[in-house]
Amino acid sequence: MMAMSKKMLEQEPSEIEMLLPFHAAGTLSARDARRVEEALARDPELARQYAVIREEYAETIHLNESLGAPSARAMQKLFAAIDAEPARRPSASLRWSARIAGFFASLSPRTLAWSASLGALALLLQAGVIGAVLVKNQTSTYQTASLSMNEPVTRALGPEAPPRALVRFAPDARVADITALLDNYQASIVDGAKGGMFRLQFGNKPMTKDEIAGLMSRLQGEKIVNLAVATP
Amino acid sequence: MQVLYGRHHVRVFRFGLRLVRDEQVAEDLISEVFLDVWRQAGKFEGRSAVSTWLLAITRFKALSALRRRKDGELDDEAANAIEDTSDNPEVAVQKKDTSEALRKCLTALTPEHREIVDLVYYHEKSVEEVAEIVGIPENTVKTRLFYARKKLAELLKAAGVERGWP
Repeated sequence: MMAMSKKMLEQEPSEIEMLLPFHAAGTLSARDARRVEEALARDPELARQYAVIREEYAETIHLNESLGAPSARAMQKLFAAIDAEPARRPSASLRWSARIAGFFASLSPRTLAWSASLGALALLLQAGVIGAVLVKNQTSTYQTASLSMNEPVTRALGPEAPPRALVRFAPDARVADITALLDNYQASIVDGAKGGMFRLQFGNKPMTKDEIAGLMSRLQGEKIVNLAVATP
Repeated sequence: MQVLYGRHHVRVFRFGLRLVRDEQVAEDLISEVFLDVWRQAGKFEGRSAVSTWLLAITRFKALSALRRRKDGELDDEAANAIEDTSDNPEVAVQKKDTSEALRKCLTALTPEHREIVDLVYYHEKSVEEVAEIVGIPENTVKTRLFYARKKLAELLKAAGVERGWP
C-alpha cells in the first residue's frame, strides 16, 4: 500500500488521497469517511499525508480568520440600497400562485379535464365530511340556558321519553342518505360519534318494547346501517 | 435580511476578499451580493444550503469585479493591499515559524487554487457543494484541490520547508 501511494503521487492521485482534505474538514459521507479511515489505518504514508493536510486545514482557517470583518459601511450601503429599491417584489405566496398557474397552463386539455373531474370528486368528498361533522355536532331542537350544551333537553323529559338507539352507519354512507334516513324515521342525532356510534332519538313519543324492537329490526335492514342497538 | 446578513456577511466578505484581494472591493461586493439575494429571494430553490448559494453569488460577483479591471493592475494593487509587516516565507522559515510560512504560501496560490482550498478547508464545503459553487464537475473539484496542495508543497519547499509530502 505504501508503495502504491508513492507511485500514485508520481502519476495521479488515488481516489482516497483526493478525499483526505474533505475528511479533514468533516464533509465526507459516512461511507466515504469509513473508507478513508480504513485506508489511513492500513497505510502509514497516507497517514503522514493526512497529518500534513490537517496542518494545511488549521492554517487555512487561521489565515481566513485573520482577515477580519467588513466595516459598518458595507451594511449601511446594503440597507440604503434596499430602501432605494422602487417596490418590493411580489410576495412569495404570489410567486407560488404564479408557479401553480404556470404548471396548470403547461398541462394538456385532456389532463386538465381529468384533473378537474378529480377535483370535483374531491370537493364532493370534502362536502360529505363537512356535512357529517355538522350533523354529528347537531343537538336537539331547543335548549335552555341552564342546560349544558352537550346535554339535549329531551333527556330530561322523564321516564316516558322517546326511544333512543346507538347506530353505526356504513363507512360509505353519504350525508344525503343519512339525512333521508333521519327524515324517514323522524330521528335526530342527540350525541356525537363515540367509537363511530351515533345516538339517535326517534320521534317525540315513547314506544312500547315491541315497537322499539320492530324499529331496530327495520333500522338493521337499512343498507347504510351497520348496527342499531336500542338504549334507555 | 438583517438576520441573513448577520449570519453570513463575515464569511462572504472573507471569501470575496481572498478572491479580489482588496478590502474596499470586497466590502462593495458583499453589499451587491446581499442586495441580489434580497431581489432574488424567490429564485432560491432550497436545494442547497443558503451559504452555498451566497458563496456562488459572491464568486460570480468577484470574478465580474476582477474582469472589470486589468489583471496586472489588480495584481499589483492587490499585492500592495495585502502586503503586511510579517515576514516572507523564507524569513519565516529562518525564524522557524512554519505556520507563518504556510499561511504566506496559501496567499501565494493562484486564485483558482486559493478558492478551492478556502471552500474546502475554511468554508467546509463538500465535494458536491464546491462543484456547485465553482461550476465544475465533482471529480475536477477533487483533482484541482489535490494539485493546489501539490503547488502549496512546492512553494513551501522553495521557501525551505520540508513537510514529508509529496
